[in-house]
Formats: sequence, structure tokens, C-alpha cells
Amino acid sequence: MAEYDTVTLNVNGDEYSLELDTRTSLLDLLREQLGLPGAKKGCDHGQCGACTVLVDGRRANACLALAVAHDGAEIVTIEGIAQNGALHPLQEAFVEHDAFQCGYCTPGQICSALGMLGEVEAGWASYVSHDVAAEPSLDANEIRERMSGNICRCGAYPNIVAAIEEVSS
Amino acid sequence: MRPFRYERAEDGSGAVAALAATPGAKFLGGGTNLVDLMRLGVESPDLLVDVTRLPYDRIDATADGGLHIGAGVRNSDLAAHRHVRTRYPALAEAVLAGASGQLRNAATTGGNLLQRTRCAYFQDVTKPCNKRDPGTGCPAREGEHRNLAIIGHSEHCVATHPSDMAVALAAFDAVVYILGPAGEREIPLVDFHRLPGDAPQRDTALERDELVVAVTLPALGFASNSRYRKVRERASFSFALVSVAAALDVADGEVRDVRIAFGGLAHKPWRAHAAEAALRGAPARAEAFGDAVDAELEQAEPRRDNG
Repeated sequence: MAEYDTVTLNVNGDEYSLELDTRTSLLDLLREQLGLPGAKKGCDHGQCGACTVLVDGRRANACLALAVAHDGAEIVTIEGIAQNGALHPLQEAFVEHDAFQCGYCTPGQICSALGMLGEVEAGWASYVSHDVAAEPSLDANEIRERMSGNICRCGAYPNIVAAIEEVSS
Repeated sequence: MRPFRYERAEDGSGAVAALAATPGAKFLGGGTNLVDLMRLGVESPDLLVDVTRLPYDRIDATADGGLHIGAGVRNSDLAAHRHVRTRYPALAEAVLAGASGQLRNAATTGGNLLQRTRCAYFQDVTKPCNKRDPGTGCPAREGEHRNLAIIGHSEHCVATHPSDMAVALAAFDAVVYILGPAGEREIPLVDFHRLPGDAPQRDTALERDELVVAVTLPALGFASNSRYRKVRERASFSFALVSVAAALDVADGEVRDVRIAFGGLAHKPWRAHAAEAALRGAPARAEAFGDAVDAELEQAEPRRDNG
């Protein structure tokens, strides 16, 4: 028999208090109950990144996040990153650079890139950084490594890298 | 996924008591491995005790010049910490070599140590596996094992431990701090993970109701001269075929001291004592490093596809 627990979440600025089956992933909550289908279900195992959202400002795989474990969290999805009706610069850049083909991975790519740029801003190194103790400097190689949690099966990687590189410069 | 109850622990002893009271209970950290295993049907707890809000989320300098790392510290915060990056760079590199940015933001230090093997048979509940279902056999021995163990395996299990982080911790003589019903105890990291023997269902020396609360690193001056290198089947976001954490103290062209641990070779992070012994006092030249690796791998017993 299903078990239930209550959770309060802020999603894209709106507060929700919900009683949920404890098995509900953050991804299923967003898509099936809150009417926010932007985050996509690809692999449902944390391997493809199509479900990437920001949790308290950090990028995360919504498919592996149990909703009940995120009581009090602030979630931002692709639906919440445009401001006052204007596309976010990353959204603009993806359009400008044709950084997709089918578009299924795109919301996850953009949310992941948003979180990744914040990590660089905070001075985090990556595995390809020459010196992990030094301030990071973003180039195409760094972007590829830092975005490796987002798969694009259409292979739009060159244009995704170009779009992110433009916004970061 | 089977239904389960969810509780948020108020403190460490409460978390341990909750586990002790419920046979089918498990601790929930970042969930990046456990939730996946629950979805696959490999794990089916009755109760999840969430330990992510316990006060184990700090990294502190210790009096002897080492580091005390709370078990709840997220992998990304561990890799980003100033002292880790400057004093133990191989640890920062090892963490950054694992998983993806999204997963590192969720995964915890304790959870990283306790992640399960990615052996395909273990993760597939339609297949026999001595680790998942003791006594059913090990199809990996004759089957798909090109990424699996070449050292320390048994007729019952050829799985590898998948962590990168733990390899660097093994090289640096880390100690694991554990809270159980009887109080705290500590285990050297190299003894925390087990070899499979005839009980591959047990990955570690941890009892079911014991909680990892911290990992400490002793001071090691030449750890600032350390690197982590990983070979894998694609450039990023993949488990190791083999990896190495190494710290080197060289003076006048001679190896004064060295720490080496390998990942991807065994059921536990593999501290390379034989290689270290071969290198101490040896000339710091490629030949000596090659000889040291050969000395370590004398004990290797590769299977058909991983030699």
C-alpha cells in the first residue's frame, strides 16, 4: 500500500504544499502534478540530464530526487528562467546558434548550463582544469567536460558549446 | 518501486535508532545511487531515514594539519574546498572525475563510499548475482567482465568498487568515522571496503544500523604534489577501466616517499603497497615507475576479457 508524506516546495516562485506518495520523484511531481512538462524524462536513471532543474540554485537530476526529501526547497525549471516575458540569454543563444535538433534535451541543457555557469562564477574547477587549485577559465574543452551530464542524441554538441561559450564570454 | 515510509532524522543517534528498530530501513543521502537501485528493484527498503539534514555538512581543518570532512558534504563542495584543492589536489581531481556536475551536487561523501558496484548483472534483477542474491552464482565470471576486477576477486564475485573519491582517500590514509547503537568507532578507509571472499553481499565493514558520519585526512605534506588520472571508455561521465591516485615526494632525482592507490581493479579501492615499496628510494624515472606497477600487478588474475 502506498505511503504518503507532506512537502512544501517553491517552484518558479510559486509555493505548493502537497501530500505525495513517497515514491514520487521531483521530475514526476513537476510534470504530472504541477503542469510543468519542461523538464523531460529521458533515461529516468540520472544518466542523460534531460530532467535537469535547479534545486536551491544548483543543477540536479530531478529524476533521482525524491520529492518528499526536498521539503522547503526552491526549484527553478526551464519554465521559470525567462524574466518578464523576455527569454534568458541562454535561451536566446540556443536559438541563435541552432543548438538543438529535436529539442527534447534542450530544457535540461539550458538549466544545466545555467547551473554550470554559476559553478564557474563560484570558482569551481573541473576534471580538465590544468590546475584544480587555480581559478577556472572557461573554454570549449571545459564546457564539454562540465556539460557531460547532458546527452544530446541528435548530436547538436558543437552548437550547444558555441551557444554556451557566447553567453559565458 | 515498492512503497516505503520516509522519515527525516533529527540527530545522528536518532537516525541510528530508527535503522536499528526497522529491519528493512536504509539511510537516504543524496539518493543518486539508492533511488536508482530502488527503481531497478535491486533495493526495496520499507523505510528511508533521510540523513541529509544532520549536522555533518562541514569541512574543518584538524589540529594536526589534516581535514575533517562531514559525511553529508556534497561531492561538489568537497572538490571545491580551498584546502582540498591545494593540499590534496588528487582528491579534488578524483571527485571531479566521477559522475556529472548534476550528480556531484546531490551525492554526499558518505554516500559515495557506500555506492554499489555498477556490474551489469548486479543491477539486473533478472540475472543471478551473488552480491544481490547470495548463492545464485556469478555470471560475470564467464560473461561481461571487461570492466571488472583483476585483483582480489573470488569465485563468488568479480565486481569492482566504482568510486573515484575513495581511491584518493585510500592513497591519503583517510579514516572513516562511524556512529552505531554502541557509540562511535573508526576504521581506516583501506579496511572499510571488503574483498568479496564468500560474502560478496557485504561491500564494507559497516553494520546495517551504523552511519558514516565523517572522513578524516591526516596531514601529508607531499599530498600537495598529487594527481588523479582515470582511463575510461568515453572522455567523461563514465566509470573507470582503471584509475590511479598518486602523491610523490622527490628530492635529488630520487623518490623519497610515495602514495599510490588504484581504482577499477578490485572490489575495494586498491592501495598499492607493493608499488610504493618498490619506489621508495628508487630513481624518479619512467623505468622505476613501470617496474613498480609490475610489482603491484604480479598478484593480478585477469579474466578472459580484462587482462
